[in-house]
Amino acid sequence: MEIINLLADGFLIVFQPLYLAIIIGGVTLGLFIGAMPGLGSVNGVAILLPMTFLMEEQAPGSAIIFLAAIYYGAMYGGAISSIMLGIPGASTAVATTFDGRPLALKGLADQALVAAATASFIGGTISVLLFTGFAPPLAKVALSFGAPEEFALMMLAFATFIGLGGDDISKTFFSIFIGLVLSAVGLDIISGQPRLIFFDIPGFFHGVNFLVLAIGIYGIGEMLWTIESSRGDVQLSKATVSVRRIIDNIVRMKETTKAMVMGSFLGYFVGILPAAGATPGSLMAYGVAKTMSKDPDSFGKGNLIGVAAPEAANNAASTGSMLPMLTLGIPGSPTTAILLGGMVIWGLEPGPRLFIEEKEFVWGLIASLYAANLFALLVNIAFIPALIWVLRTPFTILAPSIFVLCVIGGYAPTQDMHDVWLMLLFGVVAYLLRKLDYPMAPAVLAIVLGPLAEASLRQSLIINHGSPMIFFERPISGPLIGIAILLFFMPLFKALKSRLTSSRAAQERS
Amino acid sequence: MKIITRSAVSGVASALVLGTALSLTPKDASAAWEPKKPVDFVIMAGKGGGADKMARLMQSVIEKHNLSSKPFVPINKPGGSGAEALIHLKGTSGANKDHTVMVTLNSFYTTPMRQPGLGVDISTFAPIGRMAEDTFLLWVHKDSGINSVTDFVSAAKAKGNNWIMAGTGKGQEDQLLTDFLNRAYGLNMKYVPFKGGGRVAKELAGKHADSTVNNPSEQLGFYEAGTTRPLAAFTPNRLELFGDAPTFKELGEDFVYFMQRSVVGAPGMSGEAEAYYRRVFAQVYASDEWQDYMKKKSLYGGFLTGQRLKDYWLRERDIHQKMLKEIGEI
Repeated sequence: MEIINLLADGFLIVFQPLYLAIIIGGVTLGLFIGAMPGLGSVNGVAILLPMTFLMEEQAPGSAIIFLAAIYYGAMYGGAISSIMLGIPGASTAVATTFDGRPLALKGLADQALVAAATASFIGGTISVLLFTGFAPPLAKVALSFGAPEEFALMMLAFATFIGLGGDDISKTFFSIFIGLVLSAVGLDIISGQPRLIFFDIPGFFHGVNFLVLAIGIYGIGEMLWTIESSRGDVQLSKATVSVRRIIDNIVRMKETTKAMVMGSFLGYFVGILPAAGATPGSLMAYGVAKTMSKDPDSFGKGNLIGVAAPEAANNAASTGSMLPMLTLGIPGSPTTAILLGGMVIWGLEPGPRLFIEEKEFVWGLIASLYAANLFALLVNIAFIPALIWVLRTPFTILAPSIFVLCVIGGYAPTQDMHDVWLMLLFGVVAYLLRKLDYPMAPAVLAIVLGPLAEASLRQSLIINHGSPMIFFERPISGPLIGIAILLFFMPLFKALKSRLTSSRAAQERS
Repeated sequence: MKIITRSAVSGVASALVLGTALSLTPKDASAAWEPKKPVDFVIMAGKGGGADKMARLMQSVIEKHNLSSKPFVPINKPGGSGAEALIHLKGTSGANKDHTVMVTLNSFYTTPMRQPGLGVDISTFAPIGRMAEDTFLLWVHKDSGINSVTDFVSAAKAKGNNWIMAGTGKGQEDQLLTDFLNRAYGLNMKYVPFKGGGRVAKELAGKHADSTVNNPSEQLGFYEAGTTRPLAAFTPNRLELFGDAPTFKELGEDFVYFMQRSVVGAPGMSGEAEAYYRRVFAQVYASDEWQDYMKKKSLYGGFLTGQRLKDYWLRERDIHQKMLKEIGEI
């Protein structure tokens, strides 16, 4: 069992006090960075990268461990503002907003926070185990994914959002199309030309940032909605917290085991694919959890599974995206892209030979992921009472604070006021659409997956001289796209079935 | 705490060493100018790409050796093949003109030509420093059994329009090189654009593409693992790292192509500020970290600045104009 020996060596490195301190410091810092809207793990890692130079000189290998701990902490932290304020703390935590926020409004914020932390821990642990045991073969899987496979996977993601009962199908489509149009703004990657630059405003050159839409919808739109629905009631959340409740909440997580395990595997797999990253992974896990559920209507209204599945997935994906970075030298997410840059600076050459030549580094990193997971869980749970206390702030104070955080969140990624105005506009539009009962989650899904789906579709068609048969002929993309098509038609089957049963019922009555 | 102090001391020490090295060269009159606020360090490409990695290395070197009294704050502006970044620099005003520098590449020439509506004239930008020139090679998968450009040409001819050349965006470096190969050897390869050179390299390693024209840094990992193989280099001389790959010049095709890695200042930057940044980046260029990186990544090129850098841009711009016209992009 060579792997176990190597892992044990890794743990010996990690359990030195200095390294432990670095991990705890990293996850705590990451937790806060992740919880700040607009500041995600990408920003955290990018900002702190130059600092790690000094660190690396003192303790070799500590720099990447520190940054990976931040990455992990941010994955946990992103859920915090999604649940408490309804503003996704990071792009990876958008799906957590869908059910986390309704739970908080019902006074069950502590339950949602515990669910997020526990699911993150499960997702992180399962994925690190997968990483430990199967890194090289999984790297091969990642390589076998070309443009047609990627497109099939994207279609599957869209299908999980459409093929769900409950929501009005035509309204879901409308919402998806809004997201797709917004995702098309900016640069056409195939022709290299700018497109949809409305009124020649330069701000549109960088496209519509996904967080701008998400914060508009879930921050501003939600706030307007709450102002209207609360009718002057200043104490919104009656949440209480005690050690007893936290333990009960952890025990309750048993109900979501299936969703957490599903989310972990799905998230990990999506994470290892280059270009995908944790955001699509968590959105897909949410969609699949809803499809699998016996009670899909309760999703979006405060279902614990709706928090557990995407949180397990985004942590699993963050580990997953390190795999192509380390073994292929290709980042699976923007954050790992920066980590990759860091490795080069520290004199480590990522690629297939890293596992052979830099054993100490690789296994130290893997061991640190186990430790980071555990500490992130403990630190996160320790903070829950303080977070609940913040939530009890009267809405008259909370609302302006949320507004300020939204503006910061809109501005931070691109540092362009244009995005702040756009975010406010989206907020107002989202509020109006919500009054008309349009689901907004599909628009968010579409703006994330739209560019990936478009690029892979067009690349596949160019390769195959314009014939879409390429999607059906290949061994991986064929089955994927078949399942996607079935899911797309599910609402139609359901409608037919319900019409049949109702007409039969009518016949029986007559 | 102990760690921080000790490193701070070593940081100061190395700054001192560099400082004395610098004082040997004659100081110009404008030495007194210093940035008054954090410097906007615009990157004309997305996060994680080649330009981005280099920009972050430069930032780290500046920070590590205390080369600037105010921090450099990187911002990625990849939109519109760099159009967004060019407009941002052109639109700076007041004190910002002296506090905005940009890491740029060959889209610095091509984007203003392909999007004349931007009204960007690159000769107005402040020439701070050319940090390196990145090189290109022709790559194939090892399993293809192709060992030379001759093999490559016959295989690509046989497959005709089904031969897939993966590259970065349309009208960019990779397509110019593909077009050169098509014309020089009478090929009809199909060019498929992907986002970023790392992704392109992966397409080849996963056998989704038949060939690529990656930079060494993008293929190095796969090359060392024995997955991909370089056939020939678009450089004047053979690259040390890939000694077995001939240059196209040796093969009788007079074609050399580089990607510039340069730092430019906003148009209208004051002379004192320009001189300050030139000094900063000359020190970055001379640092061990940068020299080491250049060696590892097979980068070419000495440090160019001032009028010589401007002349270099104008020469390169003419070459690119000709190439873009030939492929019908402008």
